[in-house]
Amino acid sequence: MKVYTVTQLTKDIRGALEGSFPEVWVEGEVSNFTVSSLGHAYFSLKDEKSLLNCVLFRNNSSRSAFRVENGLRLLCRGRVSVYDKRGQYQLYVDRLEPHGKGALQLAFEQLKKKLNEEGLFDPEHKKELPFLPMRVGVVTSPTGAAIRDILEVARRRFANIEILICPVRVQGDEAKHEIARAIEELNEFNRNIRKAGKDNEHPVDVIIVGRGGGSLEDLWPFNEEIVARAIHDSEIPVVSAVGHETDFTISDFVADLRAPTPSAAAELVVPLRGEFVARINEYRSRLYLAVKNKMDLLERSAAALRDAYVLRAPINVFLRKRQEVDDLVKAASSGMAHLMELRERDLASCAGKLRILSPLAVLERGYSITFSGTKVIRKAHQLEEGDSLRTKFADGCVTSRVECVEASGGKEK
Amino acid sequence: MKNISFEEAIKELEKIIEALETGELSLEDSLKRYEDGVKLAADCQKKLDKAREKIEILAKKEGGLFEKETFKEIE
Repeated sequence: MKVYTVTQLTKDIRGALEGSFPEVWVEGEVSNFTVSSLGHAYFSLKDEKSLLNCVLFRNNSSRSAFRVENGLRLLCRGRVSVYDKRGQYQLYVDRLEPHGKGALQLAFEQLKKKLNEEGLFDPEHKKELPFLPMRVGVVTSPTGAAIRDILEVARRRFANIEILICPVRVQGDEAKHEIARAIEELNEFNRNIRKAGKDNEHPVDVIIVGRGGGSLEDLWPFNEEIVARAIHDSEIPVVSAVGHETDFTISDFVADLRAPTPSAAAELVVPLRGEFVARINEYRSRLYLAVKNKMDLLERSAAALRDAYVLRAPINVFLRKRQEVDDLVKAASSGMAHLMELRERDLASCAGKLRILSPLAVLERGYSITFSGTKVIRKAHQLEEGDSLRTKFADGCVTSRVECVEASGGKEK
Repeated sequence: MKNISFEEAIKELEKIIEALETGELSLEDSLKRYEDGVKLAADCQKKLDKAREKIEILAKKEGGLFEKETFKEIE
């Protein structure tokens, strides 16, 4: 009977196993998952009755989008071989699939859960979009459908908007780095403007990040953590616009606003110019009306004041002044406010003067006023023979002496 | 009043209109605010009209400086 050395037997067993199981798919639940300092992963796959040791070398593990963790049900592809030093057979895994769903789907759910727990999706992080953006940043492919759609919609809504494109690849392995860098660069662009204090240069006040529709793999850069963090860290509000209405990406959750498509993003970001024009016009007429109402009210008060005067003679002067008020209402409406104020003061002093002057108007009509000393004489019996009188006429005064007092009514005192 | 944003100008204008429409201001204040309002409205209009269409590509040059180039659309 042949006697083997340990090494010889192990080697033969390894050869037998490798020959029988050069490529197998195994399904089981992950346990004892550890990663060595070199980045290789060791774990077991198990079912109700058995356990299989597995190795996943680093160069293979970096290719799976999702994270392997204990309890996960996996489909593993690999070859069976023996680790000589321990006399242990194991599965050398070169491909992993989560059981029951796609690897990308699982990766998406894992990252979403992780970032959500970190608070990256919290509503309090969401920034408000600008009212009227002066410059819109767009991070997308310069040759894709997305940029075409965005430009078309932007021009239709507000022909004169400024758009700054940060060209990036939107699919493939490099895309995630380019997208994240572009978002950071637009922020840097703003910081440069602020630092330089350039008044003639608008900062970017909102960013659209996105691409047109595609497969889950095509959209994948927008599910990458580096892109999510760049969006979260952006000081400029970010609108995510990836694929079609039905596509949801991590970018959508972390962005300040999700747009269902790139066209929709442009609609959300770029206001309708016509709406603003209409609004300004409405404000103009409300301004005018408010002041006109105020003037009308004042005019009515002035009219009431005029009617209250007992002496009607000055009414023509007043009517003329009123005409002036009307003119001034018009003048004021075209912004001549100070003039209006001056005239109003004029009017007030004129009205005052009129009141003082009015007794003279009475004299003008042929009446006169008689004084004895400083006292106005209203009754005959106020006087006695020999009293000196001063009589005031419209055109002057006369001094005279009383010759005789003849009272017409009953004599008093 | 020169360097306020469009949004600030619109908000200020709304405040003025509201104050005027309550009618509680004196004549002098009304006219003053009316003048301010007219200026703000003109300012907003100017901001809308002044915007130019500019579509550019951002390129980062050596030394971290940015340059903007006109974007040529690919038909």
